[in-house]
Amino acid sequence: MTAKVLEARNIVRDYYVGGGLFSSPRTVHAVKGVSFSVDKGKTLAIVGESGCGKSTLARIVTLIDPATAGELFIDGNKIDIARDRLMPEMRRKVQIVFQNPYGSLNPRQKIGDVLGEPLKINTDVPADERRERAMAMLKKVGLQPEHYHRYPHMFSGGQRQRIAIARALMLNPSLLVLDEPVSALDLSVQAQVLNLLADLQDEFQLTYVFISHDLSVVRYIADDVMVMYYGEAVEYGSRDEVFSNPQHSYTRTLFAATPRADVESIRARLARKNAA
Amino acid sequence: MALLEIENLVVEFETAGGMFRAVDGVSMSVDRREVLAIVGESGSGKSVSMLAVMGLLPWTAKVFADRMMFDGVDLLKISPQDRRKLVGKDMSMIFQEPMASLNPCFTVGFQIEEVLQVHMGMDRAQRRARAIELLTLVGISDPAERLISFPHQLSGGQCQRVMIAIAIACNPKLLIADEPTTALDVTIQKQILDLLVGLQEKYGMGLIMITHNMGVVAETADRVIVQYKGRKMEEADVLSLFENPKSNYTRALLSALPDNATGDRLPTIDNFLIEADSSAINLPMMEPPL
Amino acid sequence: MADAVANTPGPVSPGPSSVDPSRSARFAEFWFYFSENRGAVVGLFFFLFLIVLAVFAPLIAPHAPNAQYRDAVLVPPFWQEGGSAAYLLGTDAVGRDILSRLIYGTRFSLFIGVIVTTLSLVGGIFLGVIAGYFRGWVDTVIMRVMDIILAFPSLLLALVLVAVLGPGLTNAMIAIALVFQPHFVRLTRAAVMVEKNRDYVVAAKVAGAGPLRLMFSTILPNCMAPLIVQATLSFSSAILDAAALGFLGMGAQPPTPEWGTMLAEAREFILRAWWVVTLPGLAILLTVLAINLMGDGLRDALDPKLKRS
Repeated sequence: MTAKVLEARNIVRDYYVGGGLFSSPRTVHAVKGVSFSVDKGKTLAIVGESGCGKSTLARIVTLIDPATAGELFIDGNKIDIARDRLMPEMRRKVQIVFQNPYGSLNPRQKIGDVLGEPLKINTDVPADERRERAMAMLKKVGLQPEHYHRYPHMFSGGQRQRIAIARALMLNPSLLVLDEPVSALDLSVQAQVLNLLADLQDEFQLTYVFISHDLSVVRYIADDVMVMYYGEAVEYGSRDEVFSNPQHSYTRTLFAATPRADVESIRARLARKNAA
Repeated sequence: MALLEIENLVVEFETAGGMFRAVDGVSMSVDRREVLAIVGESGSGKSVSMLAVMGLLPWTAKVFADRMMFDGVDLLKISPQDRRKLVGKDMSMIFQEPMASLNPCFTVGFQIEEVLQVHMGMDRAQRRARAIELLTLVGISDPAERLISFPHQLSGGQCQRVMIAIAIACNPKLLIADEPTTALDVTIQKQILDLLVGLQEKYGMGLIMITHNMGVVAETADRVIVQYKGRKMEEADVLSLFENPKSNYTRALLSALPDNATGDRLPTIDNFLIEADSSAINLPMMEPPL
Repeated sequence: MADAVANTPGPVSPGPSSVDPSRSARFAEFWFYFSENRGAVVGLFFFLFLIVLAVFAPLIAPHAPNAQYRDAVLVPPFWQEGGSAAYLLGTDAVGRDILSRLIYGTRFSLFIGVIVTTLSLVGGIFLGVIAGYFRGWVDTVIMRVMDIILAFPSLLLALVLVAVLGPGLTNAMIAIALVFQPHFVRLTRAAVMVEKNRDYVVAAKVAGAGPLRLMFSTILPNCMAPLIVQATLSFSSAILDAAALGFLGMGAQPPTPEWGTMLAEAREFILRAWWVVTLPGLAILLTVLAINLMGDGLRDALDPKLKRS
């Protein structure tokens, strides 16, 4: 039986927006009771539009923000960062890759230091071994040893995402949360990064929580799919189930709105146009 | 006579590392009532070429072309005053970030009426009536109330509709849309694209749609130009492009679409050979190729 | 997973390459933008000239700064009648050579600038980072104290502090540094608040960084650009303020050849012997101007929005 790397039960996240001089305080319900689980080596895709709470959920799963209510289990251990201090071993189990390749790397830090920093903070690994591991990871994500000394602004978006992925993997996490990692990339670069992620998943038996709004990418990489709408999970199932037979009306709207880039759709559109 | 004719457009920028050629000899033409999509990735020069047509490039840019004619007017020799009469009236543009493209200090109504005042010389009552008419056209509910809203009070989709209203206020002959839906959600994207295409058909405008999304191209375009690193790789009508792409780059783009994926891995650009000869490819100035 | 086009797989290098390729390229880019501002380049060269004067003062100055030549009192500069080549810029009321005093004075001015700027930078950065990072009551307390300091006219406040601490150059410098604090605190706090929410800070948090490392190692290096510009401006303001305090008799005490103190001693000679007053004043003017021009150029070179590539 494959182990569940991540399990979430009824996660709720509320934000209290304090009242100012002219407005009363109100509560924003960003996540309203979401439950899901992911097995080892699998990818769960969370789909939704802006404001649906997927990024908030990502931050909760990555243990950046605490949940207001609900339970979170990582590798079978219950974690509640609102109550307990986050232990370094737990910190290493989940890592995150952000959407914006141009903001997620410290502009004043060389790439080698970016990769070595997680090791420096969390482990006692000596400096030369840190350097070796960083070089090895650079190679693994498809970059060259001479990139070790460069600053982020010398790299393209796709390369920066590779560096971000490398950084996330330095601590050997069991779970990797990817918050729209390819949305800001060009199509051809997107393909390269997706291939890289697939290879790394096979090699390290990684578990992914992949957040995206792009259904074509989701259809390509996901094993399970969860659709979020205004803080709730309106659809949750395996990829084939969700794509072939969407239950909720919002999911169906989402599918209908996704532009289709195939020849039949073009023919149909041109026929409609000529008839009109 | 075509509405917009461009022949051999070259745009160079002065940078800290020398002259950078963003657009390298691109030619195209757009007719009335036609939707032309310019598709390419970042660095392909698609936005820069249209900004050059509109005259919106910074002073560090140098624009050269054999021919750049809009409705019989020579855009290369036009004086700044005449250009200001043309731009925003007969030729207008909408941009990618709707929230950032509207002035946050002024109401929506003020910004729409500003265009009407400058180009059409309408009086206050006429302007207000036309502004309400425009907001209704672009599908904003409660237009009279929306006139006094500020951009930060509207959503991204509504801001984009307002931008479209400003752009079509003077019934332009040509509308250039620079990645109008990239920053928007999928469902809103569909509405905005339908709106644009609907307006284009209703008013018989020429529409240039700049995008990097092949799905948007498939759903809106009549003809397509594919650009890569400042050069035109292919030009075809939309059906032929998707059915039978001639350029290797187009084929690479189409097969990199996750929808077209067969098997476990997505083919990438380096699985295909770039066809133009190596001396003609301009590698980017400072960063190593990906 | 091979990377694109021309990259052949490199050899697995045992250690980092010896030459850091980015540093000279970055300097070249910085110089490109800096040198566009002609004034800034002129200011820079003048400032370097001052540094040379200060360092080699004993070799360059024709006389000792405090040597009094009783037989050459109030000698005019050499181009006026009565002037002499031995005292190129003339002498003051007790027969000291003005040129030598000006040259030795650069030492004091540069010293004042460096000390004051360092003190305010260090204190300002420390308080600003803490205020910007922790927010809440810490932020409120720090900013209110800074607001109180800002509410006083700066020279008056410096004067009061010096009156309390006692006249002298050291106390003048401390007073001026205190008066400049709020500017740095504000700048740092604003920059920290902006950078704090960026992805790379969250990424460092996720990598396990604690607050200290986050504040000083991750966020602070990215806030330096406006601080460097402000530091240049406060360098020149410090010289001006020290000169003002010296003029009022509360800064450097005679016979120190500090330019402001020289002005104080020469008040009565404005009409009789213009060179005793004008030349120190000119020295102050040119120095402050040069540093401000440099600061302008620095701002242009460091502002990412003005970058052109």
